[in-house]
Amino acid sequence: MSGLAILIPIALLMGLCGLLVFFWAMRHDQFEDLDGAAQRILIEDEDGDEQP
Amino acid sequence: MNAITPMTDARTQAIVSRFVVPAIRCAGCISKIENGLAGKPGILSSRVNFSTKQVAISHLSELAEDQLRREIEALGFEAQILADNPLTEEKDNTDKLIRALAVAGFGMMNIMLLSVSVWSGATGVTRDLFHWLSALIAIPVIAYAGRPFFASAAIALRHGRTNMDVPISIGILLATGLSIYETVTGGAHAYFDGAVMLLFFLLAGRVLDGMMRDRAREGIGALLKQTASGAMVIARDGKTRWVAARDLLPDMRMMVAAGENLAADGVIESGSSNFDCSLMTGESEPQPRGKGDMALAGTLNLTSPVIVRITATGEDTSVSDIARLMDQAGQRRSFYVRIADRAARFYAPAVHSLALLAFIFWMLVGAGWHQSLLIAVAVLIITCPCALGLAVPAAQVVASGALLRKGVMVKDGSALERLAEADYALFDKTGTLTLGHPVPVNLDDLTLAQKQITLALAQASRHPVSKGIRTGLLALDIEPVALDDIRELPGRGMTASWGGVTVMLGKPEISADHLSSQLTVGTESVVLQLQDEIRPDAPAAIAALRALGLPGSIISGDNIRSVSTVARALDLTAQAAASPQDKVEAINRLTAGGHKVLMVGDGLNDGPALAAAHVSIAPGSASDVGQQAADAVFTSTSLMPVALSIKVARRTMQIVHQNFALAIGYNILAVPLALTGMVTPLIAAIAMSLSSLIVVGNALRLNGAAR
Repeated sequence: MSGLAILIPIALLMGLCGLLVFFWAMRHDQFEDLDGAAQRILIEDEDGDEQP
Repeated sequence: MNAITPMTDARTQAIVSRFVVPAIRCAGCISKIENGLAGKPGILSSRVNFSTKQVAISHLSELAEDQLRREIEALGFEAQILADNPLTEEKDNTDKLIRALAVAGFGMMNIMLLSVSVWSGATGVTRDLFHWLSALIAIPVIAYAGRPFFASAAIALRHGRTNMDVPISIGILLATGLSIYETVTGGAHAYFDGAVMLLFFLLAGRVLDGMMRDRAREGIGALLKQTASGAMVIARDGKTRWVAARDLLPDMRMMVAAGENLAADGVIESGSSNFDCSLMTGESEPQPRGKGDMALAGTLNLTSPVIVRITATGEDTSVSDIARLMDQAGQRRSFYVRIADRAARFYAPAVHSLALLAFIFWMLVGAGWHQSLLIAVAVLIITCPCALGLAVPAAQVVASGALLRKGVMVKDGSALERLAEADYALFDKTGTLTLGHPVPVNLDDLTLAQKQITLALAQASRHPVSKGIRTGLLALDIEPVALDDIRELPGRGMTASWGGVTVMLGKPEISADHLSSQLTVGTESVVLQLQDEIRPDAPAAIAALRALGLPGSIISGDNIRSVSTVARALDLTAQAAASPQDKVEAINRLTAGGHKVLMVGDGLNDGPALAAAHVSIAPGSASDVGQQAADAVFTSTSLMPVALSIKVARRTMQIVHQNFALAIGYNILAVPLALTGMVTPLIAAIAMSLSSLIVVGNALRLNGAAR
């Protein structure tokens, strides 16, 4: 019983985290171009140096 | 954001324009476009959306959309301008539904976990604790995720009507209220799980439906824009300023540079130029217009700047008139939707009265108000026509998604129903059976140097023939030579100097009966023949249609000689020199003869026929009007998608009928059980969800139908 008192809040909190992350992703247009994201990884950066 | 200079007036403000670039196929294309556009004067940033094949460019407003389009075309990609995003609102709606779905999913999973332990025998304090926890999760979840239903039900009730959301809302609210009562009094059963699960599956259906609508709008709803977003207006004091299209007023004088689209109808006040009127007439030959002539919105000024006095703007322009006509012609098609609406109107009150009758009956029998209310809730939930509601949209979403991957955009669900019924095909010739743009056929007659000169000259011109030559040469990987002093001789062609030698690409001295162009280098000259070729697999597609039970014929506005060439090549009967009215009459005649006609056409002159036919398909190269009037648009150069969409549509209707049978069968079985009180609200919710899942699963089989 005392285990439940810890486990249930943890389970709920983790679920809630997932939900919030999904909301964040939707608000930031993460699902706008799914195929594009898969393709972009193949683009070579021409200048090669990372932007600071 | 980054270093954008402070915005002073409308001319220097950053605006975002969208373009459709169908040729984006790989990562290389993305970087080619984004890097190619970066650093161009006036362009702030660009972003390719690979999934929708669109490019969004943020730029200063002094750059016209047409100029941007040419920038993209200079990178080697055909591009079309997209109208202002009219679907943002709709998309917001779907986004809201998806959020509600996520919340309902979260709630459903957690409550289910708690419920499972209650079912498996938790008693006493543990059960009460779990019921309280469920209530704690369920109440906010229902309040948030139920909003779409509650809001819609409230609107319907306020207007004294009822819709499907009313029984759903009542069912959910009653189940929740009962469960709270049970929880407070320490009862044995709570039905939060049932209520939340019902919400989850209902929302899933709505989301699917919304996505289907959004996708259709992404494809065609944002109709390719032909009228300019605004114009340079000359004020009385001679100063010019940029005025957006919606702020233009009659009698303003606008300056239209070469290469610009007209934003409004008007009369030319000074200057003369050639206009590309292909939007209005489908005729690719440029038309000369001078002082006093009408110039219509949506036409493209090709050769020299003119000043136009505006006579009609916005909604009053000829382009808008035609669009409105098409709209009206399409209205009567919503027949099927009306039937569905009417059915829903009768169904909702039936559900209410059934539940109410069940409650009254069980009260009279003496089951007690608690038991009677439970039965009523179970009836409300189980008769919820989710499976029935999903039967059609789920199949249509999957089918149109499968077709979209094959390059066919179907505008709405009823189009699939009508496609399945078609039993006769009528084809337009130019642009439908043929590619609709001239293709050079004897490029091999040219030496490499001649090809390079031709390309350089053709690139500088906007004439349709030049465009055809350019496309043909670019396909051969020819690099243009550098030319000096490129000039356009109005009505004759392009001329330039190539290392001191005068070169010219223009009208041939001996004019042939088909399109041709003559290249002159010094004294030497070659004639380039151009032809509008038949689409590569047209014979196969027509044979496939015939095999599906759709005999075809050609109806064209073109002259009898060119029509008969195509008719012979494709083994079809043909009617030539048909006016738009003739086309509509031919369709009416066939319809009167009991045929359901599929019209395949592209031009403005096909518009009325496309709208009058039982169902219609237009190629992606069609005029705006053609695309708007048609039920479906295919983007490839092949004609095969027409046969494919008929096949998929028929398969879809099969699945829809199966789904209807499943959904109705489920109701016939489940409703009596609920009425006799053998079903608790939870089992009702599970049965309802299962029936929906089966229907959706059945629809998913269509995914492979387009292969």
